[in-house]
Amino acid sequence: MIMESWRRKREVWVLLAPALAILAVVTFTPLLRTLWLSFTNAEITALDQAVEWVGFENYIWALTDPDFRDALWRTLYFTIMSVGLETVFGVAVAMLLNVEFKGRALVRTLIILPWAVPTIVNAMMWRLIFHPDYGSFNAALTQLGITESYRSWLGDPGIAMNMVILADVWKNYPLIAFVVLAALQTIPRELFDAARVEGAGAWHQFRSIIMPGIIGPLLVIVILRTIEAFRVFDIVYAMTRGGPADSTKTASFFVYQEYFAYLRSGSGASYAVLVAVISALMIAVYFNMIRRQNQGGY
Amino acid sequence: MKLRTFLTALAATTLFLAMAVTAHAETTLNALFMSQAAYSEADVKAMTADFEAANPGLKVNLEFVPYEALHDKIIAAKGAGDRGYDVVLFDVVWPAEFAKRGFLVDVTDRISKEVEQQVFDGAWTTVSCNGQRYGMPWILDTKYMFYNKDMLRKAGFSNPPKTWKELAEQATAIKAKGIVEYPIVWSWSQSEAMICDYTTLVAAYGGKFFENGKPAFNKGGALDAVTYMAASLKDGLTNPSSREYLEEDVRRVFSNGEAAFAMNWTYMYNLANDPKESRVAGNVDVMPCPGVDGISTASGVNGSMGLGITSNSVHQDEAWKFITFLTSQPVQNRYARLSLPIWKSSYSDPEVVKGQEALVKAASQGIAVMTPRPLVPSYTELSNILQRYIHEALLGEATPADAMDKAAKRAARLR
Repeated sequence: MIMESWRRKREVWVLLAPALAILAVVTFTPLLRTLWLSFTNAEITALDQAVEWVGFENYIWALTDPDFRDALWRTLYFTIMSVGLETVFGVAVAMLLNVEFKGRALVRTLIILPWAVPTIVNAMMWRLIFHPDYGSFNAALTQLGITESYRSWLGDPGIAMNMVILADVWKNYPLIAFVVLAALQTIPRELFDAARVEGAGAWHQFRSIIMPGIIGPLLVIVILRTIEAFRVFDIVYAMTRGGPADSTKTASFFVYQEYFAYLRSGSGASYAVLVAVISALMIAVYFNMIRRQNQGGY
Repeated sequence: MKLRTFLTALAATTLFLAMAVTAHAETTLNALFMSQAAYSEADVKAMTADFEAANPGLKVNLEFVPYEALHDKIIAAKGAGDRGYDVVLFDVVWPAEFAKRGFLVDVTDRISKEVEQQVFDGAWTTVSCNGQRYGMPWILDTKYMFYNKDMLRKAGFSNPPKTWKELAEQATAIKAKGIVEYPIVWSWSQSEAMICDYTTLVAAYGGKFFENGKPAFNKGGALDAVTYMAASLKDGLTNPSSREYLEEDVRRVFSNGEAAFAMNWTYMYNLANDPKESRVAGNVDVMPCPGVDGISTASGVNGSMGLGITSNSVHQDEAWKFITFLTSQPVQNRYARLSLPIWKSSYSDPEVVKGQEALVKAASQGIAVMTPRPLVPSYTELSNILQRYIHEALLGEATPADAMDKAAKRAARLR
């Protein structure tokens, strides 16, 4: 009996071995190398330069950098705002698309389009829309009489980050909408009919039927989006390059800057590790939430 | 009969294979350029086509990126080994860093004494570090003041401003008369382009970036420069969108007749005077940037760029041949409409001067006063710090003095 279970265990590991080998090469090696680099003074250079171990110096440098701390708060703001709005819009749109109406299939297809646009294209598109002189956003607002004259959107430090968030939400809410829509379709119609007979209101139906039905898939997609949002770089780089006055410079920007602009790969690695550790902490929080929910939260 | 068909086919195949082999024996160079100012993409492509025609067996792959991506592209391509770039365009502010890290090949021995004397001294500083040369200067450029003659005339001015103070006065009058809402336009987005405008003003006000190795941009002329910039925004003389603009935006606004004054590089002169590109063609004149009473009569920033060979390149001789061709006097004279030559004698050559007399005159004054940005290996980082805090002052988030104090404090943390 014991032999049997041991053999089974061995079988599991043997079968997993190829996958683990690939993981070791493509994931663990770069990860460990980055970790090692973050404790050195390595630089990007074409010369042979000895690399020295510097202990926690890079981490102390990064954590005592007030600009980096500001960037972390900024990134957190971006993450909470964009994932929050995407969730609200995503769920709302999914519920609309779950209702039967003529042309529903067409609308469902159209709504996924923003998500299919590459991030860089999306960023360039919104940069044109928000252009201070010939952007359509300014044109629309003045023609509707909402604003009196053209103004700067991406050049105003109080507004620029929100405009980037808007562009990000537009691109990513369809993803949440589709996951939620798929979950909604698994909820039996009879439940709604029964609720109506019992006289349950819309809010009650939402809390007691819809939420329990979608919460599992919704949490998973929100986790994925959160990790992605916290690492945000490309949309910011293309829309504002961190400006104006650093007001959209996110944490990943520091990693990029340390590496490719200042050529300090050691220090850059420490910034990268810090961003990764914070992402990992957020994932842990979510997993905890999922576990609690599986244990019968709702 | 069948045999003959077979033999013909065989001959054809052999010929084809032979051709394929020769094609393969060609050397292909990879070259990195920018598309932002100076020579246009079309110009660089035309020059390269001429080079390929003159050098059978040599082919050049061209890649164009915005200026803002140039530095990082050169760095990142190092990882590509011998499949990276052979020839790269680099900015005057990078040789110190590139030399220290061995990205560019030392080409001092490839440059003859004769060539050295025929080219402007200011051009040589573009490619030099510690007395060694890391390439050939190619784009000799500084910021000029462009103005709309018609608008000045309407406001009652017969001469363009000679000092920055006078520029503000003329702009105030132009604005008051309702000729244009925002008379001045600059490239003040959080970018290197803004640092070039800023350096021009620092030079005019006699300021210094460093004094005895310590940051000095929070005092004297360097602070006056930021104060001037912030004031011209506050007074509504400078287009507020300048804080989002790069050089091409400046050209567009000025060419649309939405500004009376614009600071920009050489390349704007002929484009702003081209009816296909501009609504104000024929009304555009150019001057060196103004000076400051008692301190300077004109000002400029060294915005030159050079062509170098990367240390990755396995075709260094061919790469040098390409660089020599692009920087040669005949080629530069032929394409002098968007970028003026590095060669002293070109400035009296009718082929260069004809049709752009005003530009050549402005250049001979502007090139003489062009001032370098700080030549330090950590320039990129220093520039980012300056960009951020000057931008704070321009956005009204801090007073110029406070913003530059913060910049100086942050620069002391440079490593």
